[in-house]
Amino acid sequence: MSFSAIAMMIVAIVTVWGGLAAAIINIARHPEVQED
Amino acid sequence: MSAPSPSPAQAAPRADRGAFAGRTAFIFAAIGSAVGLGNIWRFPAVAYENGGGAFILPYLVALLTAGIPLLFLDYAIGHRWRGSAPAAWRRFTRWTEFIGWWQVLICVIIAVYYALILAWAVNYTVFSFDKRWGADPNAFFGEYTRALGGADVTISFDIVPTVLLTMVLVWAAVIVVMALGVHNGIAKSSIIFIPLLIIMFIILVITALTLPGAMAGLDAFFKPNWSALLKPGVWVAAYGQIFFSLSVAFGIMLTYASYLKKKTDLTGSGLVVGFANSSFEILCGIGVFSALGFMAQAQGVAIDEVVTSGIGLAFIAFPAIISEAPAGALIGVLFFGSLVLAGFTSLISIVEVIIAAFQDKFGLSRVPATLGVCLPLAIASVALFSTTMGLPLLDVLDKWVNEYGIVAAALVSTIVVVYIVRGMPTLRDHLNFHGTFPVGYAWLLFVAVIAPLVLGVSLIISTFELLTADTAYSGYPFWFSLVFGWMMAIGLVVIAVVLSVIPWPVGSNLFKNDSDGDPIAPEVVSGAGLTPDPAATTPHELRSS
Repeated sequence: MSFSAIAMMIVAIVTVWGGLAAAIINIARHPEVQED
Repeated sequence: MSAPSPSPAQAAPRADRGAFAGRTAFIFAAIGSAVGLGNIWRFPAVAYENGGGAFILPYLVALLTAGIPLLFLDYAIGHRWRGSAPAAWRRFTRWTEFIGWWQVLICVIIAVYYALILAWAVNYTVFSFDKRWGADPNAFFGEYTRALGGADVTISFDIVPTVLLTMVLVWAAVIVVMALGVHNGIAKSSIIFIPLLIIMFIILVITALTLPGAMAGLDAFFKPNWSALLKPGVWVAAYGQIFFSLSVAFGIMLTYASYLKKKTDLTGSGLVVGFANSSFEILCGIGVFSALGFMAQAQGVAIDEVVTSGIGLAFIAFPAIISEAPAGALIGVLFFGSLVLAGFTSLISIVEVIIAAFQDKFGLSRVPATLGVCLPLAIASVALFSTTMGLPLLDVLDKWVNEYGIVAAALVSTIVVVYIVRGMPTLRDHLNFHGTFPVGYAWLLFVAVIAPLVLGVSLIISTFELLTADTAYSGYPFWFSLVFGWMMAIGLVVIAVVLSVIPWPVGSNLFKNDSDGDPIAPEVVSGAGLTPDPAATTPHELRSS
């Protein structure tokens, strides 16, 4: 693989999978509000 | 005219609609819906053809400025007005009910043909064990489907028994899951199938990465072509991929959100769903291009000669890869098994839009609603698609229902919500009540400007291409595309309008409180947000002053 391809693969993985990780961490920090 | 007043609210009976047990169940069901065939067989080729590694930029922009904002819009409408698409749109503003029926009808069309692809994938999972397609997968697919092609396409009820049998099995599985209900059927099947799908696909990717030529495939996939970013078509492709992949704006996410508890964090959940869908897509790109790299090397050709998408990728290119690769049978079972799982969780979400509407309209309980919808749907699906005209019919319906169903309905619904009813302030305040990701002016801008602009441009481009093409669509007879393409698409709108003026029976869920026994929020007040009320514990209690 060329350097530019490796770089873009890393960018894609970090942004999208990182976004998923951040989204999961966000909801984990905010537990569900219990319904009455 | 407004929907019947919920007062005396407490006196009204509660609707028997079912609910997700919690946020996690909903997130799995929503991911199950979003992750479908498009992730596996559409994204890799779209990304490759539109800038390779550089495509990640327009793709992320599209996710953040259209995909997730439209997802929030769906969530807000379904969650606030707690009903199926027709009921929720009617409660949003009386005259917008037709949008809900339009979405239901779009789902009817997709459901009947989607089951055919699922049946093929089930059969090919079995065929993978002995590589039944032999040396020529293309010819085998033709023999297996006995599909009519080109100018030979006509109305045919010439049954293909293998396909018929598998389609019956697919529909039987759908009926069982749907009859089990929103949580025990839909959510639990996704809670099992989605992790299984991810595990299977990761094993597939690891196996594919070890194939000779895989690195060349990945190089072709991720190598950035920065000049592509200057082409408007690349940006339209990115928005199109995000839009179709996320299952937004045709009733699914609206329906699922209506089953959520009233205190749910909608925006936080939506971010997980949006990024999970894209995360799986990236994984699919890696897996598919590793395999295509192997195929190119094995055949001694350049990667661009083997890149394909859709049915051609799944049922012709992949069998060729499976035949030549070491551990080919394993790759086959994992690949087609993944298609089955991804497709099944999407199919049930599509069918749920229809069942929910039927259930609301007649105030039915789960099992009668399921059978009332699924039996006719299954019979129509099997009768039409297990035939030699199944493939061309699927091809035409898919093309037109995507462009003039999903895209057109999304365009109309965003314009109606933003500019005609002016409901965005209410929806914003609803989302922000329990949302951990606040939405504000940026969300308004994306839904009001970016989404209609991109949807409109996409619709104009597709229409121009269809009308100016030198040859008939896929080489089929003109009347075939006219009837099943144009007339079908226009017919959906006409039938939707007719359905929206048919009165709701007294026993329908429209006149009931929600499943918790609480009254439904009143219609949107044009241009007005919700007035804060310190005593309110759910956004449904807030009113516009």
